[in-house]
Amino acid sequence: MDFGFKLSPSSAINLDKVDLEKFEELHRAEPDVYKCMACGSCTSTCPANKYSGMSMRKVILALQRGKEKEAVSMMRNCMLCGKCTMVCPRGINTRHLILSICRIYEEDVK
Amino acid sequence: MRERFLTGYNDFVLPFVCGMLFVLIYCMVGLVRIILQLPAADRRKFFLSLVNPKTMVKNIKDIFLKCLIHVDIWKRNKLLGYMHSSIAFGWFMLIVVGHIEVMLYTSHLGAKALYYPIFFRYFVAETESTMKGSLIFFLMDFFLLVVLSGITLAIIKRVRSRLFGMRRTTNPSFLDLIGQYSLWSIFPLRLLAESFTADISGGSFLTKSLNYVFTEFLSNHANMLPAWWAYSCALGIFFFVLPFTRYMHIPTEILLIPFRNAGIKIVNARKGFAKAQVYSCPSCGLCIDACPMGVLKGNIKDTTVYLNRQIRRNNEARIEEISDKCLLCGKCTAICPVGVEGDKLRIAQRSVRKYNLGPDYSNIDVSADIQRCNKFVFNQNNIVSSSENEKVLYFGGCMTALTPAIMKATGSILGKAGIEYEIMDRDGGICCGRPMFMAGRFSQAMQLVEKNTEIIMKSGADTLLLSCPICYKIFREKYHLPGIEIIHHTEYFERLLQSGRLKVRKEDVRYVYHDPCELGRGCGVYEQPRHVLSAAGELVEAEKNRKESICCGGSLGSLTLSFDKRKAMTENALNNLVSDSPDRIVTACPLCMSTFARYADRPVEDIAMVLDRTAY
Repeated sequence: MDFGFKLSPSSAINLDKVDLEKFEELHRAEPDVYKCMACGSCTSTCPANKYSGMSMRKVILALQRGKEKEAVSMMRNCMLCGKCTMVCPRGINTRHLILSICRIYEEDVK
Repeated sequence: MRERFLTGYNDFVLPFVCGMLFVLIYCMVGLVRIILQLPAADRRKFFLSLVNPKTMVKNIKDIFLKCLIHVDIWKRNKLLGYMHSSIAFGWFMLIVVGHIEVMLYTSHLGAKALYYPIFFRYFVAETESTMKGSLIFFLMDFFLLVVLSGITLAIIKRVRSRLFGMRRTTNPSFLDLIGQYSLWSIFPLRLLAESFTADISGGSFLTKSLNYVFTEFLSNHANMLPAWWAYSCALGIFFFVLPFTRYMHIPTEILLIPFRNAGIKIVNARKGFAKAQVYSCPSCGLCIDACPMGVLKGNIKDTTVYLNRQIRRNNEARIEEISDKCLLCGKCTAICPVGVEGDKLRIAQRSVRKYNLGPDYSNIDVSADIQRCNKFVFNQNNIVSSSENEKVLYFGGCMTALTPAIMKATGSILGKAGIEYEIMDRDGGICCGRPMFMAGRFSQAMQLVEKNTEIIMKSGADTLLLSCPICYKIFREKYHLPGIEIIHHTEYFERLLQSGRLKVRKEDVRYVYHDPCELGRGCGVYEQPRHVLSAAGELVEAEKNRKESICCGGSLGSLTLSFDKRKAMTENALNNLVSDSPDRIVTACPLCMSTFARYADRPVEDIAMVLDRTAY
């Protein structure tokens, strides 16, 4: 029976237990990844967002927190159209960041 | 003519003969390898084109005009053109006339045929009958003079390239320098060597006169042999280094032209046609001045000429850096005198990159889009058709979504002309695939193409109207949409004006039109937007326009250029546009518009916005 509320597992992330090796590698390749202030401009313009919920903002946050699986499944719908790069107020080259993520992260993560 | 030596041989011919045999063998092996590297279908196409009389004539014509006369360089700069064609055509004629001379005056050549045409004057002596061929003597000296004038210009160009219309030239590599110096020394040495023998074997206005003037030195036959040795050594060195220098373009271009005429495209990033292009690059450096990234000095080494050099050296790190940085504006391709496709070559380099993650769009559901766009099918029975019964589907594309003014203006113009239309991506649609394609991820781009094709084919429209040239290029090249006309809004507006369905007031405004890379060089649309603008106001031209227009700097082609680096390029492009002090800058690309608007000192508009303001 669904009462519309339930006990859900804690979403707290213990950063000591998260393997951030890949994120460090990404950071070396794309120092700008730390520039993101999660404003969400990229997400609001993203054409893939409408179809699949792709959100660059969420991807960056998820990767920083080691939630690779979530990020990777979102990444797969990016069309590389470049709108996010044009609207980013921090001037992050998101297109190259996306390509670097595609290069560094693996398809099947635990 | 009679032969001076019974054997018809002297040791000094050896450096030349060895060098020439080396080059011939190297080129034959290279030729076979490149042809074998072509995909089987392309190879078939190539061989078929060789026996087709029409392409055969075109091949010969192109090889003559491009490799020998260098017509494209003549069109750019007369002095530069003369420099190239004097060396190439002059040398070619020296070889041809030299062979004719040998054939006329000697018999039973045998192995001597290898070097006789080059060193003929050493081995023969003038007789009574010789002067009947004085025309040949004259021609030989004349073409030697032509080549020497070209060499002189080449030396001047090394020091003052601006005289030849080039701001920057290529920085030669070490082997290039050796090749260059040996090439430069071949012809003066030939003049010297032939001057020594001019009193024995005869000569014409150049060699004979020299022999008379410097009679003390040149008539001393003890000095003769060293001069001929030096001449042969210069030739030998040139031939031995040729495969490793830029001069490899001489034999390769003769292969590249038939390839291109056969319609072969780059498939493999390093092999086959791409390899032929890379080796055809003469390192002339015309692409350096053309490159819009050149405004920043640090980018000069990222131009196509250096890409070709790094590909030849297999320097992977630099190849990646160069090919990712490029804006893919295609200007280097447009001005390249040998036809190296710098943009396509770079996309091919990007396509070999390995990614762990491949986008997958199979989960994208387009049924809602199909539902929204199939207005033409749904209403077919009770539809009130527009006068021409045109069913226009308008696809703005991602970049137009960021500049809604263009979409609004286009809609308004279509309304004024009474055209029935439907917007395909009113609330954002699927990307056309061109940005993905430019990143070298072809299969992913084709997935997007399929998704869009499905929506368009089910819409029942007969015209697909686009306002973004980036989309337009891939729609024209990669989409297969039978029965649907793909048209850019500049072309469509011109058609509306010509058919009288749309009328414009001419305003007293000076417009300058910026040719977007993908629309102009990419799709060859230059005239239509200009017609539209001249109807709406006064059209002035930018300093560099059409084929040579300068990229706005916002291009999606570049993967690595950052915002601040692009700023200098945008400002440079703007300076070029405002040279004739226009009131407004007009372009036909949403990306160019938003890039220019960021830094421009006067209004920047899309052509749709201009037309919407003036049309009624």
